[in-house]
Amino acid sequence: MEAGELDRRLGATWSTPPGLWGALSTVDHKIIGRRYIVTAFVFLALGGVLSLLMRLQLAQPEARFIGPDRYNQIFTMHGSNMMFLFAVPVMQAMAIYLVPLMVGTRHIAFPRLNAFSYWMYLAGGLLLWIAFAVDTGPDVGWFAYVPLSGPQYAAGKRADIWAQMITFTEVSALAIAVEIVVTVFKQRAPGMSLDRIPLFVWSMLVTSFLVILAMPAIMIASTSLILDRLVGTHFFNPAEGGDVLLWQHLFWFFGHPEVYIIFLPAVGMVSSIVATFTQRPVFGYLAMVMALIATGVLAFGLWVHHMFVAGLPRLGESFFTASSMAIAVPAGLQIFCWLATIWAGRPIFKAPFLFVIGFIVVFVIGGLTGVMVASVPFDTQVHDTYFVVAHFHYVLVGGAVFPLLGAVYYWFPKLTGRMMSESLGRWSFGLIFSGFNLTFFPMHILGLQGMPRRIYTYQPEMPWAGLNMFISLSGIILAAGFLLFFIDAIRSARSGPIAPANPWGASTLEWATSSPPPSYNFARLPVVESLEPLSDRADPLGFVEGLHTDRREVLITSVVEARAEARESSVGNSIWPLLAALATSAMLIWSIFTPWAVVWGSIPIAIALIGWFWPKGDPEDES
Amino acid sequence: MRAPRIGVLSTGILVSGCSGSQSALNPYGAPAIHVEHLIVGIVVLSGAIWLLVMVMLALALRRGRRAEAEGQTSEGRLTMTVSAAVAVTVATIAGMTIASFYTTRSVGLPQSAAVTITVRAQQWWWQVIYTGSDGTSTFQTANEIHIPVGQDVRLQLESADVVHSFWVPSLAGKQDLVPGRPNDLLLRAEKRGVYRGQCAEFCGLQHSHMAVMVIAEAPSDYARWITSQRANAMMPADPDAASGQATFLAKPCAACHTIRGTLATGTTGPDLTHIGSRQTIAAGLVETTRGSLAAWIADPQTLKPGNNMPMVPLTSIELQNISAYMDSLK
Ligand code: HEM
Ligand SMILES: [Cu+2]
Repeated sequence: MEAGELDRRLGATWSTPPGLWGALSTVDHKIIGRRYIVTAFVFLALGGVLSLLMRLQLAQPEARFIGPDRYNQIFTMHGSNMMFLFAVPVMQAMAIYLVPLMVGTRHIAFPRLNAFSYWMYLAGGLLLWIAFAVDTGPDVGWFAYVPLSGPQYAAGKRADIWAQMITFTEVSALAIAVEIVVTVFKQRAPGMSLDRIPLFVWSMLVTSFLVILAMPAIMIASTSLILDRLVGTHFFNPAEGGDVLLWQHLFWFFGHPEVYIIFLPAVGMVSSIVATFTQRPVFGYLAMVMALIATGVLAFGLWVHHMFVAGLPRLGESFFTASSMAIAVPAGLQIFCWLATIWAGRPIFKAPFLFVIGFIVVFVIGGLTGVMVASVPFDTQVHDTYFVVAHFHYVLVGGAVFPLLGAVYYWFPKLTGRMMSESLGRWSFGLIFSGFNLTFFPMHILGLQGMPRRIYTYQPEMPWAGLNMFISLSGIILAAGFLLFFIDAIRSARSGPIAPANPWGASTLEWATSSPPPSYNFARLPVVESLEPLSDRADPLGFVEGLHTDRREVLITSVVEARAEARESSVGNSIWPLLAALATSAMLIWSIFTPWAVVWGSIPIAIALIGWFWPKGDPEDES
Repeated sequence: MRAPRIGVLSTGILVSGCSGSQSALNPYGAPAIHVEHLIVGIVVLSGAIWLLVMVMLALALRRGRRAEAEGQTSEGRLTMTVSAAVAVTVATIAGMTIASFYTTRSVGLPQSAAVTITVRAQQWWWQVIYTGSDGTSTFQTANEIHIPVGQDVRLQLESADVVHSFWVPSLAGKQDLVPGRPNDLLLRAEKRGVYRGQCAEFCGLQHSHMAVMVIAEAPSDYARWITSQRANAMMPADPDAASGQATFLAKPCAACHTIRGTLATGTTGPDLTHIGSRQTIAAGLVETTRGSLAAWIADPQTLKPGNNMPMVPLTSIELQNISAYMDSLK
């Protein structure tokens, strides 16, 4: 079949109908991924506005700009929003978009679940922000320690809203994790054996396992909290034999891996960018993969370092000190591998690479302060102070947001078909890098000088006013950098220069198709013969023939060697995922008010699921 | 009237003069001193490591820019270098871990402490309970802990409601107060002075205003202070204070506060028996003066929004008299 005819036929099979109906019923992973990314960035901007409000209040001692009640809502919203609505979802959203392209398949596994996941995420985000808008935002911290968040001390619906928002984001995160695992294991292009998987895909695979293993802990925690609050159980009530520390164990058993759920995808992005902009493969592929896996395993062995001052047995604390410090080894290994890659390669200083350099500078500081707080005696002084605020922003912003911004510059052509502005990219990098360090570095000092975190004000006799004013002013530089980034992205998406298929000369599969890719990703499925399928060969990629063009078929391959095994039809567009998400959201929100919602609310959910899974008859039967 | 005023003023100066000592970098107690050594050591070492990595980064970037560099580095040499760097990382990490274990040992609880004091945290103030060696003659104070200089003091930490964290950085690292799970903390001051601390675990609306003062004094002064605190409240001498006392007992004040030696035996709020001798009211919010007492009593909710003391309606005469009475409770 000639190329034009093939494209036309595939397009007819795979494309999303135009208009509102198409938008609501699409299951195209690229449309959903893009939507997810944009939504997550909107939450980043909203969370950023909250942080500016906090800095406005803290600029001077005893400022009366925001009272304690609103302030507590604001820092709780900032933390919850950044962790649950921005950082984790944005990384998963990048994966939804990129992983199928990078492994050379036409579609993600479980496309309808993918659509459902987005709607659940959106509903959870709206729930949180609408609650905040009507002054019912959660105010017990993003960690929601009991008993402060329990029925006795948190009257009203605020803590319930927090707990239900967790449920929404859990559902959506778990759904994506499952999709990624199956896509990576069963839908890779023929020939892409385990040792030819791009590092970003590896990082998302490990991340997805972390999500699958860590989320149940927070699910148990938030469900027990809801039960304590609404049905009168006593999981966390010491007066009735419950345990306050149980909450902290469950929360941090999830909460610490959460940091790596955010950080590991960023590591994968860095590897992609480093390989492309040094014009050579990342040094030590096997070591990098091992480091990813080791980090993933160790991530579950150090939650107790968040509880060093809670009064746990000394011996246990020593174990967790050692394991927390040990995680610096795989992190160090990865840094050294990137440095070796840069050393041996020929770096090109474009915006994505600048963000990677910024990442190394900043993240190493965050990693070193991480080693510091892993030491029990050190931690007894800095825990719950601004030192820790500085530390985790160095890790989260330095370790995840910098790579993410680099990744946006890098993959923007693939996402939108247009290029972002290189000069604005440099400006926004410069502002964000300097603004970030000026804002957060002094917080280390404030913490050592005794300033606790989560305080809405401090007295003038404390020696903190000068640095606080400095930090607040620096925050403006940081915000300006982000603003510039947003302006550039919005402008470029509309009118940036048209991008070629492979503008950076990269070597992974997503660059083998046009920018942006057609609805079917690849007209002819590629065959992979090396780790760098696009750069190692002068001749065009090999490809597979034999998939139907008149129905949505994907190629299933074996787990280890990616040998072709079967063809499978992928489901088409459907409105049912949206309806199922609406029904589930209604049930979850309603259940804040009465336990009966769980009974009555499950009826619409059942109907939606029946619609979703209603057998259509396999087209194979007819032919 | 005069002499006590001056006394209050001078302690007031003491408060502000020493507030800089709420810092882990100004240690005046053995545990905090050990930790400060560790902090300085780790920070200096980490700074050196960071510089080293930055030099490596700069070199790599510079070398890469020169096109002729291409092809000069063998994979084997890179592997060796990276392995060496990882080995150094492992050794450094192990060293820091061992240093941390040694410090943990030296800041542990002593076998026996000279003094044991119970601290019960509440939203948003500190209840401090002293028990005599005979176990009977207890008394309470609030937001202020007196300790003898140069002696080990064991704090028994409890919470009456949510999780709080006791932290006086110049004397020791922090320790949480967890409902249902009492904790211990060793405190020791090597120098006389007033050390400020603050609740470090988010505990709700007024977490920001939950300060605590540790007053370390010579053992003889400490003994004198104990004796004076053990005594019941003085009977008001001047008529204003006397009528203030009558109002106090007649109004809802007495339902929440205790003043030993009177009929006021409430337990929800801080014990006020010797409130006039304390440096601050409302957990470090303002210095104890007659004026600040009046301001607090007239409207606790504006001064510290959300705290658990209701506004008790009083005429201005009643207010003046009650604050005179409070001020006289030395
Ligand atoms: C855009 C620049 C940002 C600024 C200026 C900023 C500022 C702040 C401030 C002032 C606090 C409150 C500290 C306290 O009172 O304890 C805070 C807390 C926090 N931030 Fe950020 N932040 C920024 C970005 C981020 C990002 C990107 C993330 C996550 C990916 C993040 C995650 C958190 C978390 C988890 C908390 C703790 C909230 C809590 O204590 O419950 N922040 N931030
Ligand atoms: Cu507290």
